[in-house]
Amino acid sequence: MRPLRLYLVQRVTAAIMVPLVFLHLALILYAVQGGLSAQEILSRTQGSVFWGGIYGLFVLCASFHVSIGLTNILQEWTPLKRIAAANIAHTFAFVVMLLGFRAVYAVVF
Amino acid sequence: MTTIHKVSIWRGGADGSYAHYEVPARESQTVLDVVTYVQRHLDPTLTYRFACRVGMCGSCAMTVNGVPRWTCRTHVSKVTGGGELKIGPLSNMPIIKDLACDMTEFFEKWQKAQSRFVPTKTRKDPMERIRPDTPARVAANAGIECINCGVCYAACDTVAWNQDYLGPAALNRAWTLANDERDGGWAERLKAISEHGGCHSCRSHQSCEAHCPNQLNPASSIAGLKRLSTSAYLKGELK
Amino acid sequence: MLKPHRKPLWYAAMVHRLSGLALSIFLPFHFLVLGLAIEGEAELDNFLKWTESPLVKFAEMGLVFLLTVHLLGGMRLLVLENFAWRDDQKTIATFAAGASVLAAFAFLFQVV
Repeated sequence: MRPLRLYLVQRVTAAIMVPLVFLHLALILYAVQGGLSAQEILSRTQGSVFWGGIYGLFVLCASFHVSIGLTNILQEWTPLKRIAAANIAHTFAFVVMLLGFRAVYAVVF
Repeated sequence: MTTIHKVSIWRGGADGSYAHYEVPARESQTVLDVVTYVQRHLDPTLTYRFACRVGMCGSCAMTVNGVPRWTCRTHVSKVTGGGELKIGPLSNMPIIKDLACDMTEFFEKWQKAQSRFVPTKTRKDPMERIRPDTPARVAANAGIECINCGVCYAACDTVAWNQDYLGPAALNRAWTLANDERDGGWAERLKAISEHGGCHSCRSHQSCEAHCPNQLNPASSIAGLKRLSTSAYLKGELK
Repeated sequence: MLKPHRKPLWYAAMVHRLSGLALSIFLPFHFLVLGLAIEGEAELDNFLKWTESPLVKFAEMGLVFLLTVHLLGGMRLLVLENFAWRDDQKTIATFAAGASVLAAFAFLFQVV
C-alpha cells in the first residue's frame, strides 16, 4: 500500500481515537472508584447500542492504527523487509481486532 | 587551565578504530584546528575534509563527542569541558578513510527526490517579479540556505533505520521548491517525495532541526510536504 | 558510530513509539480479559478480584501513564503535521509528560 495512504489511515484513526481515549481514561478513573466489579461494568454495557458502537469503533480504529505503527517499528528496528514486516503486523492487528470485537460482544450481549 | 588536549580520532575505514593524540591547547581553538595540528605535526596520513574554515561551506562536518557539527565553528572548550575530545566521520554514510565519508548516497537521494529547480521561462522572457513577503516566498526563504553539508542527514535516526529514506536535506529542498512560484517540476516531485522513503517516513524526532548549523528546520519543511501531499491526494492529484 | 546527543523532542518521539508498542502488546490481554464476560459475570469478577493486589494496581497505573503519554504525544504529532510550526514544542512535550504522570497518579489515588 502506498505510504501516503498508510500515513493517512494512521493519522485519521488517531484523530478519531483522540476523543475516544479521553472518554476511556475518564471512564476508568470514574469506574475504579470503590473497586471494580463485573456487575458495575456489565450493568452499564449490556444491551447498550451506544457503548457497543463507541467501543466497536475504538477497536476498529485501534486495529488499523496498531497495524501501521507496528509495521513501521518492524521495518525500522528489525532486519525484516517491508513486505514481511507488513504481513506480521497486519496479522497481529487482525487478531487484535477479532479479540476486540469479541470483547465488545462479551460486554454488550 | 588545560595545556594539553587528549584527542581520539577515528582512523581507518568501517573496521578502523580510535587513535589517541595529545594536542597543545590554544586560545579560541576549534576542533578543525585540532585535526589540522594532528595532520601537520603528529601524523601526516590523517585524512579529513575542509575548505573555507570560516563556517560557510560545510565541508568540515564531522562527529564531535557524539554530535555532528562543523568543526571549524566548534570551539574545543565548548564541547570538552576539560575532558576528552572524540572526533569521527559523519554517521549514516560509508567511511572512506579516517574522517572522510562517502556522500554519494546523500546526493543521489537528492536527485531521487527531484529536489532540483525546473525552469519554466527562458532568458528571452521578461524577468519574473517575485514578492519577498508572500507566505510562500517566506516559507521558501526559510529553507534555502542549505549548503548540503550532511549534518542533518548524519543526525537523522530515520536515515539510519530506513535505507530508502530520502533524508531531511533533500526533503527540505523539495519544500522550498514547492513554495517557489517559478518552479515547474512540482507534479513529478510530489510523486517522488510520496514514495516509500519519502516525507511520510519522517518520525518527527527533529534531530535535523536541532543540529543544522545554518539553523534551518527540515522537520518543519517535511511537515509542510506531508500537508501538501495530503491535500493533493484528497483533490485526486496524487494516487 | 557515535550517536548524536538526544534532545527533548527526540525523547518525546521515542516515548511515543515505545508506549505505542507496549500498549499494542497489552491490547490482546485486555480484550481476552473482557471476553471472560462471555462465560458470565462471575468469570469476569474472579479475574477482577485478582487485580485488587497492589502490584497489579501499580501495573495498571503504568498502563494509564502509557495511554496518556501516547495520546498526548500523538496529539503533538497531529498538530505539528497539520498546523503551522510551533517553536514551543519542547514546552508542550514536557507538559504532556507531566500531565501523563498526573493521570497515572490520579488513577492510583482512585484505587488506593
